[in-house]
Amino acid sequence: MQRFHVGDAVRARVMNPAGHTRLPAYLRGKPGTVESVHGLFPLADERARGVEDASRQALYTVAFRAEEVWGADAGEAFAIHADLWDGYLEPEISR
Amino acid sequence: MSETHHHHGHDHDHAHDHAGSATMAQRVATLVGALERKGIVTADQLDRTVEGFLAHCKPANGAAVVARAWVDPAFKGRVLADANAAIEELGFDMSHWAYVKLRAVENTARVHNVIVCTLCSCYPLSLLGPSPTWYKSVAYRSRVVRDPRGVLEEFGVHLDPGVEIRVWDSTAELRYIVLPQRPAGTETLTESELAELVTRDSMIGTGVCEAPRR
Repeated sequence: MQRFHVGDAVRARVMNPAGHTRLPAYLRGKPGTVESVHGLFPLADERARGVEDASRQALYTVAFRAEEVWGADAGEAFAIHADLWDGYLEPEISR
Repeated sequence: MSETHHHHGHDHDHAHDHAGSATMAQRVATLVGALERKGIVTADQLDRTVEGFLAHCKPANGAAVVARAWVDPAFKGRVLADANAAIEELGFDMSHWAYVKLRAVENTARVHNVIVCTLCSCYPLSLLGPSPTWYKSVAYRSRVVRDPRGVLEEFGVHLDPGVEIRVWDSTAELRYIVLPQRPAGTETLTESELAELVTRDSMIGTGVCEAPRR
């Protein structure tokens, strides 16, 4: 299932699963914007556990602004893009 | 070897008083040894498979894609829109053991792209060949998302202050290739001459292409 669309404001969840995940720690809790949508892919977290029928989730490229990831110490404005499954994200409430 | 008696236990060949775990080479050797003992693979089969696989994976593939994109704007459009389909036109594909989606990102006078895999070492192997050691290093993986301009400087890539840097962290099912800028002064070169200017690092984003010296 696809909850988000290009341009949506999202936030990477704060999570620390015991097993494998493809959500990098440095992006957890950070707000970003959906940059592109790639269709459904089996969730790596489940595949790593040997789940035969891993759930297929929408995969997005999410753009993060350096200052949102590293704070004012980012040094300059640059963008970090990461490919994240639907379950790694929550909608960002506009501030 | 004690592990023949301890199928579910630790590998007691290793001392346990070191903080680090077994090296990657030791782990691979242990795994290969187990597969061979169980008759699942032979060393010969493994060698032939790896060699056959790598014979088709080289930076010249990516360079051919870049050079075609430089001389054919319609092809460049197709690469940027659907890279998997576009590289098939040149006889390349990304399917190793499973489908991965390829995405090309274009460098321009205003935007510079650089790719990394902070979680491991994801890399467009079929287009760039085996990845360089530094690409897999903790130093590159941790620093390029924190200070990309500083890291690029160390690679000898000096960007104008106004150039926007985009870092692509290959965290999941996509692999990235950078379409570097075509160097000035190469208008008269053929497509194959242009391909020779395209370095591996320029397709990672840690290098730029230069016109041949006269």
